[in-house]
Parts: sequence; structure tokens; C-alpha cells
Amino acid sequence: MGGDSSALHMVLTGDPGLYAIVWLSILVSLSAVLLAAALGIPLGALIALTRFRGRDGVIVVLNALMGLPPVVVGLAVYLALSRSGPLGSLGLLLTPQAMVVAQTVLVAPIIAALSRQTVEDLWAEYCDELAAMQVGALGRIGTLVWDARFSLVTALLAGFGRAAAEVGAIIIVGGNIDGFTRTMTTAIALETSKGDLPLAIGLGMVLMTIVILINALAWFARRAGERYAG
Amino acid sequence: MRAPDTKLPIVLDNVSIVAGAVTILDRVTQTIASGPPTVLIGPNGSGKTSLLRAIMGIVPLTSGSVSWGHCSDASSIRRAIMFQRPVMLRRSAAGNLAYALATAGVPRAQHAERIADLLTLVGLRDMGSRPARRLSGGEQQRLALARALARDPAVLLLDEPTASLDPAATKAIEDIVRTVADRGVKVVMSTHDLGQARRLGGDVMLMHRGRVVEHGTAADFFTQSRTNEARTFIAGELLV
Repeated sequence: MGGDSSALHMVLTGDPGLYAIVWLSILVSLSAVLLAAALGIPLGALIALTRFRGRDGVIVVLNALMGLPPVVVGLAVYLALSRSGPLGSLGLLLTPQAMVVAQTVLVAPIIAALSRQTVEDLWAEYCDELAAMQVGALGRIGTLVWDARFSLVTALLAGFGRAAAEVGAIIIVGGNIDGFTRTMTTAIALETSKGDLPLAIGLGMVLMTIVILINALAWFARRAGERYAG
Repeated sequence: MRAPDTKLPIVLDNVSIVAGAVTILDRVTQTIASGPPTVLIGPNGSGKTSLLRAIMGIVPLTSGSVSWGHCSDASSIRRAIMFQRPVMLRRSAAGNLAYALATAGVPRAQHAERIADLLTLVGLRDMGSRPARRLSGGEQQRLALARALARDPAVLLLDEPTASLDPAATKAIEDIVRTVADRGVKVVMSTHDLGQARRLGGDVMLMHRGRVVEHGTAADFFTQSRTNEARTFIAGELLV
């Protein structure tokens, strides 16, 4: 159990290397979730409220994309951002920004698919009332997203969980560079393979704690919100 | 609330709604004039709800037309409907009214005063901050009525506004309907309750199998009905 106490020691003494890694991980995953929400929620709501040819196919594909393998996303983003790729001129490869892009691609379908379902369920309830109040298309989307906001938090949490837990995409596009693109998950993978279990265990503990804290925060925010709005 | 306007009568001309093999409304031709409430009665599935939705303009007609004050464009007509099972938005009671006011184009500066008036009218003055979905069934029904009235309608359509309410809650709704009708709002409502049709109706329309089988003043309808269907229904027998 020497590894445990050593890992605990690093956490408790605020080891600067460890906290830099923790901070970057949170920053990358939260940025990705925010970007993915900005894309995914309106997209999900739009699909929920529109009827068009091939809609069922779009929904099936969107649902399937929830299970995108992170390494495949990593590879695709790597190809797009590499020197000879279409976005190579941006020079983003092996930067935290590239990691945000990769996780956004990974998380956006999850948020879009779950938002689509949530908004569509609420729409089934609201459609008569909103039609009677002559609410236009944009107003409908706004109303449904606003009224479903507490349920949509769950979609965001699912997205955050995915982003915080994945290692395959960011290790490809970020490169796990010490002090620059190293996150908790990439460091755990590296340190475990190197045999430095104390650091890996310490990071694992911190990662679990953060995920639980963010979920707890979201849960209690949702509870408080529901008490207010019903 | 404004004075009655010139958008009456509502004229339904040969209105039919057909869904697949089912005829929901069958060539309904009726005139709904200004005055005390028009009450639609009839068994389940006779087309009362569909007729109200057709008047509201929220269901596509298979054929026929609905005109308002001899004008076929209903987009500017101030009308509101309260559904049989109103859905409360996930907001406070006051938030539901604010939403309706906003969709009706009422300036935000007037919201607080209008909301207070509406809540008072329906007897929910102290419940503005309560989540609408946590109100009791009767309270939700009254809030839905207030929400419909927030649109300041010239015509108010009510689909079985007191179904599944107890007598006290029913009386509360009927009192509000009477107040609103006295202020000049044309009320068109459906009900299962013949007593309610007697209490509120200026004229009564009996529907059966998608058709209006009799339409007359309440006094005539209940004392000298012309059709077998009406006599059967009034006698409390099963009209199938």
C-alpha cells in the first residue's frame, strides 16, 4: 500500500506537476462540452421539431455516433489538423486546442442525440399549447430548450463523462507532451505503462473525485431548479 | 378586456376533417354569433374537440372553410383555446402567464399588472410564484383559463373545461366563464355535463358522429328539441 500513501501525499501536498495536469484536463473537457453543447443542443432541437425525408436515417446515425470510438475521432482530427490536412495551416496539432476539437467531435453527437430525445418528448407535450399561442419555429426551439434545461443537464453530464474519461482521441492529437498536453487520462496511461503506479493511482483518485463533484454540483443545481420551476 | 369586435359571426362552411377511413367532422355548416356562450354537447368521439380545433385553426381541414366576420384570414383574430388537458409550462404560475402575454405581443412593462389581474380573476392571487405543475388539478385548470385570457381573446374556446373537476372547482370555472362572457368575450365551449349546458349556454349545439344534429337557443333545445338524437341525449339515455 506504499503506492497509495505516496499518491495521497502528492494530492494532499498539492504537487504542482499533478495539479497542472488536473487543471488542463478540466479545462479541455469543459471547453469541449461547452462547444459541443453550443452545437449539439440546437441541432438536436432542430431535428426534434422538423420533419424531412430521411429523418429516421439521420436519427439512427446520430444515435450511432454516440458510440464513436475515441481513437477513430483522434485519427480523423489528426488527419484534418496535420500539416498536409485541410486544417493543417492552423498549426493546432499537438496543442490543447486540438484536444478540445477532438473531444468536441466526440461529445457533440452525444449531446445532440440526447437533446433530440429530450426536446422531442417535451414537444409532444407542448405542441398543442404552443400552436394555440401561435409560437413561431424559433420561439418553439427556444421555449423547449429552456423548459427542458434541467433534463438537458443530464445530456451535458453524459458528454462531460465521455470527455473526461477518454484517452484515445487526445493522446493522438495532443501527443501527451509533459507540461503542455498531458492530461489525467493520458498521464495515467503513460505512468501505468512506465510502472509509476503512485502517480497513476493519485491521478485516478483525483479524476474520480472531480467527476463525482461535477455530477453532484449538476444534480443539486437541477434539484434546486426543479423546485423553482416544477 | 376589450369590447366585442366585428370578427363575429364565425361561419363554418361545409367543414370536413377526414383521417384515413375515419370521418371526424362531416360537412359541418354552422354560424356562431355573438352573445352568451355557445355550448357543444354530444357523446365521446362526436367531434366536439375537433370542431373547436377547426375553429381555432390548429388542425388542417380536409374540405370546407372557417371564416370570421366574413373574412377568411383568421391570422389577426384574437382567439384562445383551453384544451381538455391543459399542459402547464415548466415555469411558475406567473411565468406561464408571462409567456402567454409575450406570445400575444403584450409589452413587458405591462406584464406584472396583467398577471396580477389575471391571477386575481381566477382566484390564484397568492400563487404566482408556485411552480405551475405543482398546482392541484382545479388550480391548473383555472391557471390555464387565465393563460388563455392573457391573449385578450375576442373568442375563447374551451374544451371540456371542467371534466374531472369536483363541484366546487367546477363552480369556480363556471363563475369565471360567466364573468368573461359578461365582459363581451364570445365563449364557445364543449361539455359532457347537461346541467352545465343549461347553466351557461346561450345556444346549444348537439354533435353526433361528426355532424351537428341540432343547434338552437338553450331554451328551445331543452324544451322543444326537434331531433330524436337531442331528445335521447337530454333524457339521459345513451346516444351511440
